[in-house]
Amino acid sequence: MITLYDYELSGNCYKLRLLMSFLGIDHKTVPVDFYPGREHKSEWFLKLNPLGQLPVIEDDGLILRDAQAILVYLASKYDPSGTWYPRDNPALLGEISQWLAFADGITSTASAARLHDGLFYNFDIDAARSGAHRLFRILDEHLWFGEQQGRNWICSAAQPTIADIACFPYVMLSEEGGIPRQDYPAIRRWCDRVKRIRGFTVMSGVFPAGPGKLAA
Amino acid sequence: MMTKCTDPVILNLWHPVGAIAEAAPGAVRETVLLEERLSFAVNADGEPVVWRSRSDVQGADHVPPADRLPARSAYGYVWTSLGSPPAELFPIPEYEEPDRRKLNAATFGVNVSAPRAIENFLDMGHFPYVHTDILGVEPHTEVKEYDVEISVDRDEILATRCRFFQPMASTASDGGADVDYVYRVPHPYCSVLYKSSPVDEARHDVIAVFLQPVDQEHVRAHLLLCVLDEDSEDKVIKRFQQTIFGQDKPILENQVPKRLPLDPRAETPIRADKSAIAYRRWLSQKGVTYGVIPAAA
Repeated sequence: MITLYDYELSGNCYKLRLLMSFLGIDHKTVPVDFYPGREHKSEWFLKLNPLGQLPVIEDDGLILRDAQAILVYLASKYDPSGTWYPRDNPALLGEISQWLAFADGITSTASAARLHDGLFYNFDIDAARSGAHRLFRILDEHLWFGEQQGRNWICSAAQPTIADIACFPYVMLSEEGGIPRQDYPAIRRWCDRVKRIRGFTVMSGVFPAGPGKLAA
Repeated sequence: MMTKCTDPVILNLWHPVGAIAEAAPGAVRETVLLEERLSFAVNADGEPVVWRSRSDVQGADHVPPADRLPARSAYGYVWTSLGSPPAELFPIPEYEEPDRRKLNAATFGVNVSAPRAIENFLDMGHFPYVHTDILGVEPHTEVKEYDVEISVDRDEILATRCRFFQPMASTASDGGADVDYVYRVPHPYCSVLYKSSPVDEARHDVIAVFLQPVDQEHVRAHLLLCVLDEDSEDKVIKRFQQTIFGQDKPILENQVPKRLPLDPRAETPIRADKSAIAYRRWLSQKGVTYGVIPAAA
């Protein structure tokens, strides 16, 4: 069975819980006391990931780090429909990779702001917030133009891909870093669509879509 | 707009500034209390030292005695005061019981006033909606009648006979149960909760929230666990409480206004809010003005 080294309040860990929930695959959780215990910097954890970062998975003897890399691996191996990471579509794979890198940018801005405000990390909060707003503006425009063309998801596919999963958590948690989303209506509509994907699961700080909107 | 605290009630209280377990001996940590930058350290013999931060003082040993603020350690935290604090801090007798697990679940920064956070802690009505499948679940949404008193001799609020169905009351739970709650508010910015222990029906788990007011609309929330659980690892117990607090956080941060209005007509309470009504009245009677919107005189 897949083992996930996990911290409940980590958006990067949540990406993997989310994909595994969408795919209906079981996993075992090893909790890591990221805060306040800094267990991700402990000797035993650095042997798993010398970068000292969550998440890490172990599957069939393979140890893999980095949320985006693990999304690629899990979707390639465990998605029989092949829609989350369509391996036979080069253009789409290129798009997905582009937005996985964008998701890393969201982590280094919106997630950094959240770590600053909530867990007292010593980051440049103004730079983190303005960096997040710059990315959110780009994502919002991209999603808005997509909607005009009848596209619901980040990439040019009829189904959501792992790019949607990679971008979702730290967009959704941005208010905890003092980054409101009221100026990004297309992002807000996209978040609601992600929440209505069958198998969606929450984490602390993320609530399910309202029942009144289920008809959509 | 934000002026430093001039509220004598709040200035004269003891306030928590950090968990002792997370302090390396002698290491200086920086924090903010009531808009003042403070430094603190716990020296090798376990004594906390707290002072107003200044660039010419690098370690606790170099702080001139006259510049030291009142300091004490209690319930696993360093406490200090910017005024003249009382001789004693409120008691939590259960903390001395040797078989309890005592942990700082976490210290979280929250963009809210301390009184709003206390009110949320006292509220049972949100359990099924915010802590779904843990502290509550539909259709078990009713907050049954409970008792609230303001204890004059102890100067604290006491809510008793609280009862709520909880699918997973703690890490030691093995299923849903009706759980008894007692809430104490022995300090304007601190609350202590007692809930039935799943492992010993004669005793209670104790969970406290100690709010460090950074300014009127920001706190550091220190979450003390003092629970009965022989089996779970520390990190599992912490994770449970962090999960719950992480669910409360967006609710707290979206409250408008951020300061707690004390005018009884400002927000319409329902019967389940009895403890909140008593809390607001108690703050008014004490003359608290920091972190609240005082009632018009």
